[in-house]
Amino acid sequence: MKLDGSLYLSSEEIVIEFQGVEKSFGEQLVLDGIDLTVMKGETLVIVGASGQGKSVILKHMLGLMSPDGGKVNVLGKDITKIGRRELTEVRKRFGVLFQNAALLDSMSVFDNVALPVRERTDYTEGEIAKLVMDRLEMVDLEGAGDKYPAQLSGGMRKRAGLARALVLDPEVVFFDEPTTGLDVHKSNEIYRLFRKTRDRLGYTAVIVSHDAPKIFKLADKVALLAEKKIQVLLPPEKFQLCDNPTVRSFVLATMGPVYDSAREEVMA
Amino acid sequence: MRIFKVIAEDFLFYMAMAGRMTIFFFRAIAAAATPPYKISEIIRQLDFIGARSMFVILFTGLFTGMVLGLQGYHLLKNYGSVAALGAGVGLSLVRELGPVLTCLMVIGRAGSAMCAEIGIMRNSEQIDALECMAIDPVRFLIAPKFIATLISVPLLICIFGVIGIFGGYIVGVQIFDVSWGGYFQSLYDSVGWDDLRMGLWKSLVFSLLIVWINTGKGYFLHMERDGGFGAEGVSRATTGAVVLSSVSILVMDYLINALMI
Repeated sequence: MKLDGSLYLSSEEIVIEFQGVEKSFGEQLVLDGIDLTVMKGETLVIVGASGQGKSVILKHMLGLMSPDGGKVNVLGKDITKIGRRELTEVRKRFGVLFQNAALLDSMSVFDNVALPVRERTDYTEGEIAKLVMDRLEMVDLEGAGDKYPAQLSGGMRKRAGLARALVLDPEVVFFDEPTTGLDVHKSNEIYRLFRKTRDRLGYTAVIVSHDAPKIFKLADKVALLAEKKIQVLLPPEKFQLCDNPTVRSFVLATMGPVYDSAREEVMA
Repeated sequence: MRIFKVIAEDFLFYMAMAGRMTIFFFRAIAAAATPPYKISEIIRQLDFIGARSMFVILFTGLFTGMVLGLQGYHLLKNYGSVAALGAGVGLSLVRELGPVLTCLMVIGRAGSAMCAEIGIMRNSEQIDALECMAIDPVRFLIAPKFIATLISVPLLICIFGVIGIFGGYIVGVQIFDVSWGGYFQSLYDSVGWDDLRMGLWKSLVFSLLIVWINTGKGYFLHMERDGGFGAEGVSRATTGAVVLSSVSILVMDYLINALMI
């Protein structure tokens, strides 16, 4: 039995598990007992209003922040208890697309994508070039390898960041607001590339986004963070019809009256 | 009660910062001392910290030596011992002014840039990205700067000393009436291995202070008490790093003198 009484039974492998995670900044409580589970191969989307702490949850998953209380299990390890070396081993199985892509601005796009390969493998330069070109092609950036991040548009930077996140076939990929700052066409492009790469590489994905309801199309599960807690963790179609008042208010605020008719159709 | 709370919070904040900076220092030293070395990045940093500081070091070294020659000549003339000018210029440069002024110049030119570069990388999540790619940012970003500073600053100090002695020679021998033989003989007689050793120790300790404080302030920009984010945060951290490293060098200069004299 899971949040909001929904049944969630599965024998699949748990990739990420939060148990009662609490986090405060000074006297401000941000996360108050977060429980969350991400199963292998699924795409979890965490939504919520700005400033609720969605990125804080993501930073806990990445081991960039430690909780004040509770457990954060990632790929079978409680990453709040392991040392730096063990955390590095866990992170080798990650890929992360940061909100602003976080490309190293002193390196070309090619070198940015090649960076994890050069640092973590013994591949020859020929093998690296082949792999990097394949990933750049996957995100439709095959002609931009020589460019520097400052020469790229916002959408291109995100795509380069995605290529870098995927270069070593990660098991889990984290997306922090993947479409923030992009127009509708560029956002759709990122969503298309997400589907394409996920289908090809088969990774588990965690997406933090405020781009509801569009982001629901990518999700296997949607979690709503509000009032310092995960209110529900449900498949998107159930999420949209959920009677939890906080969820209802979020759904109405983000989907508006246009969506109401669609909802009634679904209900009918 | 409120004042006690503020003092306690300040104390805890500075203790935590001292702890972070100490761990950061030892991590950087360990990363700099053990392979694999980022040779191309070390060369790039040598160029930035060392080669590109050459002009300013030559310029300040020359004029420092010339001022020493000018002041020293007029002082020594009163005692009829202008031949000791070489000793005065040489000792001042090798023991004190060479290490201190070179390091202050390097802080202004390269130290501030190191702090700003690392700080901007912290602000734009580039350091987080390295960590998430399982790449140690200390080994990747900081260690090459430690190695390059430890190589280039002592060399810049040597160059400062040599060009300063030449500056003293121009003023004392070429402009005034000191004989070149007297100038260099007094220099040779007075400046010994103990003086060079002191200069060397200072150059090593000061190099470490420069690179540690400037990279550390940038690396922990996000943990600055008054908020390290945005352009203003980087600017504040850079100013703080320059002031702190400059003051630390002057304090450390006194301590080394007190220990070695």
